[in-house]
Amino acid sequence: MHIRTHHHHHHRFLSFSLEHTCINTTTTNCPPMFRQLSREVIRRGTSSGSISAISSARTATGARWASSLHWADIPMGPPDAIIGLTEAYKEDTFEQKVNVGVGAYRSDEGKPYVLPCVREAETILMGQDLDHEYSGIAGDPEFVKLALGFAYGEDSKPLTEGRVAGVQALSGTGGLRVFGETLARHGHKRIYLPNPTWGNHIPIFKNAGLEVHKYRYYDTENSDLDYDGFVADVKDIPEGSCVLFHACAHNPTGMDPTIDQWAELSQIVKDKKLLPFFDCAYQGFASGNAPQDAAAIRLFVEEGHNLALIQSFSKNFGLYGQRVGALSVVTANEDEKAAVESQLKITIRPMYSNPPRHGARIVKTILSDPRLTTDFIDQCKGMADRINDMRSKLRGTLEEVGSTHSWEHITRQIGMFAYSGLQKDQVMALRENHHIYCTLDGRISMAGGNLKKI
Amino acid sequence: MQLSALFLVIVAELSLSTTAFSLAWNRRALHFRGGDVSSSSTTSLRQSSASAEAETPTTSSAGAYLSTVPAGPPDAILGIAEAFKKCTDPRKVNVCVGAYRDEAGKPWVLPSVREAERRMLDDPATNKEYASIIGDAEFVNLALKFAYGADADMSKLAGVQSLSGTGACRIGGHFFSKFLPDEEKPIIYIPTPTWGNHIAIFRECGLEVRRYRYYDSSTNGLDYDGMVQDLKDAPDGSIILLHACAHNPTGCDPTLQQWKDISDMMKEKSHHVFFDSAYQGFASGDAEHDAEALRLFVKEGHTVALAQSFAKNFGLYGERCGTFSLLCNNADEREKVMSQLKLIIRPMYSSPPIHGSSIVRTVLTDDELRGQYYEECSHMAGRIKQMRLLLVEKLKEAGSVHDWSHVTNQIGMFAFTGMNSDMCDELTSEYAIFLTRDGRISLAGLNDNNVEYVAKAIHSVTDGKSITTSS
Repeated sequence: MHIRTHHHHHHRFLSFSLEHTCINTTTTNCPPMFRQLSREVIRRGTSSGSISAISSARTATGARWASSLHWADIPMGPPDAIIGLTEAYKEDTFEQKVNVGVGAYRSDEGKPYVLPCVREAETILMGQDLDHEYSGIAGDPEFVKLALGFAYGEDSKPLTEGRVAGVQALSGTGGLRVFGETLARHGHKRIYLPNPTWGNHIPIFKNAGLEVHKYRYYDTENSDLDYDGFVADVKDIPEGSCVLFHACAHNPTGMDPTIDQWAELSQIVKDKKLLPFFDCAYQGFASGNAPQDAAAIRLFVEEGHNLALIQSFSKNFGLYGQRVGALSVVTANEDEKAAVESQLKITIRPMYSNPPRHGARIVKTILSDPRLTTDFIDQCKGMADRINDMRSKLRGTLEEVGSTHSWEHITRQIGMFAYSGLQKDQVMALRENHHIYCTLDGRISMAGGNLKKI
Repeated sequence: MQLSALFLVIVAELSLSTTAFSLAWNRRALHFRGGDVSSSSTTSLRQSSASAEAETPTTSSAGAYLSTVPAGPPDAILGIAEAFKKCTDPRKVNVCVGAYRDEAGKPWVLPSVREAERRMLDDPATNKEYASIIGDAEFVNLALKFAYGADADMSKLAGVQSLSGTGACRIGGHFFSKFLPDEEKPIIYIPTPTWGNHIAIFRECGLEVRRYRYYDSSTNGLDYDGMVQDLKDAPDGSIILLHACAHNPTGCDPTLQQWKDISDMMKEKSHHVFFDSAYQGFASGDAEHDAEALRLFVKEGHTVALAQSFAKNFGLYGERCGTFSLLCNNADEREKVMSQLKLIIRPMYSSPPIHGSSIVRTVLTDDELRGQYYEECSHMAGRIKQMRLLLVEKLKEAGSVHDWSHVTNQIGMFAFTGMNSDMCDELTSEYAIFLTRDGRISLAGLNDNNVEYVAKAIHSVTDGKSITTSS
């Protein structure tokens, strides 16, 4: 199939050549699929996928194009590292294929899961006979209020003092892009992200007009947080710059600083006069305890930072396709709040005018009702618990098969992903030979696992 | 116990490359052109972030720049809508936002839409999963057929779901900005006047925005000669934005013959055709008829681009439902264009919201609902036409001697009255009638209860004054 060829083509293009040595394994009880893999990997040696030269240069002509537009010179863009994966997975006809790529929760039957409280909220909404009129540019104000309360805590001082600028956002991506563009308009040239980070962060901020720089974050040798490197690099960030932190359940590593480490970082951020920007995609999902997952955010607020925050409700409420999020900025007073909101709106209006209503209405319905909120917390915790279960089982199974490696990091990590340590060509082998789909960096979505496939 | 986790075991080194992510993105990183921000107050703001000001005792001074952020100007149209909401005058009339209202002045959810929502709620297969970057493929297919025709050749049509019309214009603008040859900044021509947001959108995409004459304020009609002249004078290969039907705000559309002549001229100029279609079905009440200009240009061989909105014709305003499409020369180009559109969308919002598109898909895939929908859309258009005629009738009854035939002749949701901004301000301050300051009235906001009041008010502010300006 034409499309498939292109995807395949690009997988080759993206593969690196790596060295690895082989290890002996006992394979007696291994299902055929994996026995095959072990042989395969041992056989492969150094993989040197030929990196084809896809010309990314436009055909160089000085002339304007002739009438019927020729897009023939346009190069095929590379498929998205994560979403393209799901597309490839969908096209795969192998029966026992496994998708552990996209960070979307699956029930134990491997099915998408709509939270019961969400279904109930939708039934309530249907009964309210609501229209589909435009919301304002900043979206549903009641939703925004509840969303901010969820993250900051309802009694958070900046909230009660009415000085947190907040707008509805197109989930995480949309809010990151809006804030990035707004920063770029107001003199910012750079943004600092952890290394590694969610892949899409980089094109988001580049397209927003910012240079992307990285600070050390993960120690791959020890599968742990590189805290010393983290601190050192943050200290090096130029004054006044914006630095992005993952609020909890760092994607993709799952390693978070401790609260004491966050406190130390807070002081450094203050000393260096940096603008902290928290990306919070997993509140409630990481530990199962929503306030706890917001601890870093709340610490920074208490320490007086005028931070910025993007919240996604894709995972914790399971509202992925509804694109629900909230972008907020803590300011000094109500006037500043109004001014900042107006500037965020100026970014939003020529991008999509105003945000979609339905998802925000669902969240609003839940969070404004104490019983539904309790249900939500339980159901969200249920998802988080199942994921932690998967982690333990995965680690346990690995240890049981006699792996000589330490898999302790699998259970130490927090959140939806296990950062397995697989290398690119192993990932490709997994995909092509065994129809197991995870991202090239070896990130495995624990939510995509289930007991049978573990 | 399965040893199925063995796949993880066969790892020699746990050295992890951290460059996996940066790789895929470098190919065509769009150099975001910062763009000419429409609001001058923000450009005056460019200050180095490093020059943070003195620290307040408890807060980080990185936030100090916030105190210099000026309040941005309110959006012209939505700002007026907000003012209407806050107004407490019992006589108040909202004729500013282009949203349909029923006979009682209330928002109207199409029964076919509501039925679709019920079915979606009851269907156990409905979930909230991410759509792909390009959105709901079935929806896109149906949407494009709605615009291009049921027998349209989809093999060369690159189409993606978008955040209604705004989002589609934004995607299209970025695409043109990236892929047209750039010895100079690509230029887009938009009509004078046009929907206000067009200017900001295309500037943000890094395009140079120029205008072509469109409205003749001395006749309150289409300035056809001026339009043609300006498009001829434009550099070859410019992008030309055309309103597919029911031009916003003027309601003046070229005739089909005029469209044909424009098409011929644009071929000679190698111009790129970019249609904005926000009112299909709403303009005449006949969705096929309203698509004639678009389909003519396709027949004439243009590789058209189309921004399509379902905000008005399906009443799905706030659910942000639309498409952007580009007709390519062949299927191979289509593939490539699709891949590039994804690279524009992914770093903007990853994937589009599914509620609105699911509704449209549900309606258009069910024969009964589909038939019902066409009738409902026609009903909306019919009521608006009624109001159009009634307004003019009442103006005459009120004693106005102006020639209001332009109001009767114009097409679509709006009447472009010819009133100047002073008259509009007076209408708002004295009569609590909220319209945009260019004299545009959203006819859907009129009904039997308020049309006479509005007519009398318009008469008061225009009596003895001119509603045309001699050019």
